[in-house]
Amino acid sequence: MSGVAPARGGQGRDDRERAAIRTGGKETMVTLTIDGRVAKVREGATVLDAARAIGVRIPTLCQHEALEPWGGCRLCLVDVTKKEWSGWEKMVVSCMFPAEEGLAVSTASERVVATRKVVLDLLLARCPEAPLVQSLAREYGIERTSYQENPEPTDCVLCGLCTRVCDQIGVSAISTVNRGAGKEVAPPFHEAPPDCIGCLACAEICPTDCIPYETSDLGRTIWGRRFEMVRCPHCGRAHITKEQATFYAGRGGVPESYFLACDACKRKQMAKTFTSLAVAR
Amino acid sequence: MGEIAPAAAPLDRTALAELRLRLAENLRARAGEPATGAPRELLVCAGGACISCHSLAVADELESALAASGRAGRVRVVRVGCMGLCEAGPLVVVSPDGVYYQKVDREGARRIVAEHLGAGQVVRELELAWDAPDGRRLAGREVPFFAQQVKIALRNCGVIDPAAIEEYVARDGYLALEKSLFELSADDVIADIKSSGLRGRGGAGFPSGMKWQFVREAPGDEKFVVCNGDEGDPGAFMDRSLLEGDPHSIIEGMAIAGRVTGASRGFVYVRAEYPLAIERLGNALAAARRAGLLGEDILGSGFGFDIEIRIGAGAFVCGEETALLRSIEGKRGTPQPRPPFPAQHGLWGKPTLINNVETWASVAPILLRGPKWFAAIGTGRSKGTKVFALAGAIRNTGLVEVPMGISLRTIVEEIGGGIPNGRSFKAAQSGGPSGGCIPAAAADVAIDYESLQELGSIMGSGGLIILDDRTCMVELARFFLEFLVEESCGKCPPCRIGTRVMLNLLERITKGEAVPADLDTLEALGRHIQHTSLCDLGQTAPNAVLSTLRHFRAEYDAHVLEGRCPAGQCKALLTYTIVAEACSGCALCAKACPSGGITGEIKHLHVIDQELCIHCGACLSVCPTDAVDAV
Repeated sequence: MSGVAPARGGQGRDDRERAAIRTGGKETMVTLTIDGRVAKVREGATVLDAARAIGVRIPTLCQHEALEPWGGCRLCLVDVTKKEWSGWEKMVVSCMFPAEEGLAVSTASERVVATRKVVLDLLLARCPEAPLVQSLAREYGIERTSYQENPEPTDCVLCGLCTRVCDQIGVSAISTVNRGAGKEVAPPFHEAPPDCIGCLACAEICPTDCIPYETSDLGRTIWGRRFEMVRCPHCGRAHITKEQATFYAGRGGVPESYFLACDACKRKQMAKTFTSLAVAR
Repeated sequence: MGEIAPAAAPLDRTALAELRLRLAENLRARAGEPATGAPRELLVCAGGACISCHSLAVADELESALAASGRAGRVRVVRVGCMGLCEAGPLVVVSPDGVYYQKVDREGARRIVAEHLGAGQVVRELELAWDAPDGRRLAGREVPFFAQQVKIALRNCGVIDPAAIEEYVARDGYLALEKSLFELSADDVIADIKSSGLRGRGGAGFPSGMKWQFVREAPGDEKFVVCNGDEGDPGAFMDRSLLEGDPHSIIEGMAIAGRVTGASRGFVYVRAEYPLAIERLGNALAAARRAGLLGEDILGSGFGFDIEIRIGAGAFVCGEETALLRSIEGKRGTPQPRPPFPAQHGLWGKPTLINNVETWASVAPILLRGPKWFAAIGTGRSKGTKVFALAGAIRNTGLVEVPMGISLRTIVEEIGGGIPNGRSFKAAQSGGPSGGCIPAAAADVAIDYESLQELGSIMGSGGLIILDDRTCMVELARFFLEFLVEESCGKCPPCRIGTRVMLNLLERITKGEAVPADLDTLEALGRHIQHTSLCDLGQTAPNAVLSTLRHFRAEYDAHVLEGRCPAGQCKALLTYTIVAEACSGCALCAKACPSGGITGEIKHLHVIDQELCIHCGACLSVCPTDAVDAV
């Protein structure tokens, strides 16, 4: 792994562009220490990026490299301080806090570990049967939650990855509904979501595999909605839903027919074309 | 007195100066300041609380009584904003006499016109007056409720007609904006705000001048100014009264900030539950636009600024600034971790200056009277005044503005008039559900941002609920926590799951099912939630529990160790018995008892079967002779 993490932080593209203007388009590097080890990253990277770049593991649940950081799961909390802060330390979410010059990060201080334990203990109270939560909790010495267990156990940790990836794709078929303890992920009015394209991104990104779906050559079902599949004219495999094809065509300005063939067959076709061109030469 | 022409056309600076002089004397007289030649006016409180006591009908009655007595043209009835003493509403003030009338009804209105205006006799039975301990009779502005206050943010509330821009202008309105446009540089304005020591009145107390500077220095060609009017604390109505009573002071503060930071658009976020505030602010914005005080090229300065209203949908968490900004953008109101701060990355990713209603209302006076004047009021690090909404077990409920550093005792005993019904002062809950309890033992502490924090509470936006000795502190903590459990946005586990776990523990305590270790869990979990939660809602959610645990530990112990509620409020812990001497044998209790646990012959003593009693308290509430005892 290289020591340089991609410049991607919580401030979005606008700020990154602005930073580039400020620094005359040149990328500035910042040096910080993480658990006493030196990390050098591009300005705009987060503390989590920097930690991963030097192989320091910080647990996360709501972070995914395809999505903007969210700061919700509170597992990646770390202590940060600087020389000029005269001993003052603050706990921040490493997935969003920018890596700054001279920052000293502790990922496993007593306070951080104690805090992470409480978060995991609480998550285990909500999701006592979720294997991922169980194994994370076990890493911190928790076998059973010390709080009252959720009378209606669920595997959903409410990390928001599913709804955020759905937003990112531009579909927004599902969202979180209600507040507080009653919050859940659901399609509008708990009915089959009209905007869903059946792409399964939500189910695939879910860290606890708790979004059920069924898919076969005959069709696909997710969120209570049934989808017809597009079958590849070459190999006959049902590879995407008709709604996916329509949505991608609309977004990419490519005719819908382009999505008839599956990716594997398209690659084969492309290879054939190149080979015949080479032979012709 | 002739009709006052509303500012229909854009004004220039000369016209504005003329308008300012025209009504100046009237307005000074209304505010109780020395004035000459002010005409007689009848001010009727048209604040939310007085309107709900039919003050508008009183105003109409005054007008018809004036017409009937031939005074219609000479004495004007003015519907002003909240005067503060909601307890005594509807309030009517005769200006320039400075006589206050309380609890005025239609008949009272007729009497004021006939006796005060007609015969020159003050209507004593209706006059707002108070007998001081030394035997003096204090009336009107002399009563401690008014005399102890220092009004800066509320300077015009109860004085001007919020629908009349010319009345705001006459109170030196928009003069600070003129100053910021033509006399002061942006840096001068920021320097003044900084050296005044003004801090955010929304609760956190961040130095306002620094915020302004951050936004001014943030790179970007588009910036925004936002007013946080999402006042969600139960029992708090500071922002509502300001928006209803003096909307132009908020508009002016925001316009000044726009000029200073380089923003040309502003948003006021108000909750939908405040329809009157929305209506009056909307009218004020329209009036300011007509007068050329909003819009393009304000007063020929080349600076353009305008404000839009955004209406909240009732989520408490939208008072948190990052959630509020998302809500303005049309997204779900969920908080975002900071950094990035709104000053760098706010509305639609642009630098955004967000302040609370009361903070905005404090801006113009600082620029007009100077930062030194403002900084001379208050304590070491908390300058100026703070508006509090006084509620709960207190005689004078209402809205008060007091200098920072005042003691809780002065607020409760003098301004508030003490605790009613012969009860005693037990504690004050400051800062709403996110705040904590200040025990009566700390009543002499000088109130400021720091001292409240040391006591385990927060200034918050200014809700101040006074509690008497009948309040169970465990039940109080449970009540506020329940509110926050429901209002948690659910984004982060400590707040979403942790507060729910704490609430379960509190419910066990109030039902007498808790064990001593539960108190330790409650305290430890509370501290973790404070440190771990994403936003201020979660970080302050445990305050009510932790502060009551700290100051009223004995009460928790009584519940847990002895199964007893000392304040006699936790029904499950009470034993209900019927006192033989008081029982009339009417059998109402037996009829009301849902578990059939009360027996007795008519006209003979009734008895509660403790085995069958479900502690619902139904017998207690129906007994006509107060014979049911609950301890």
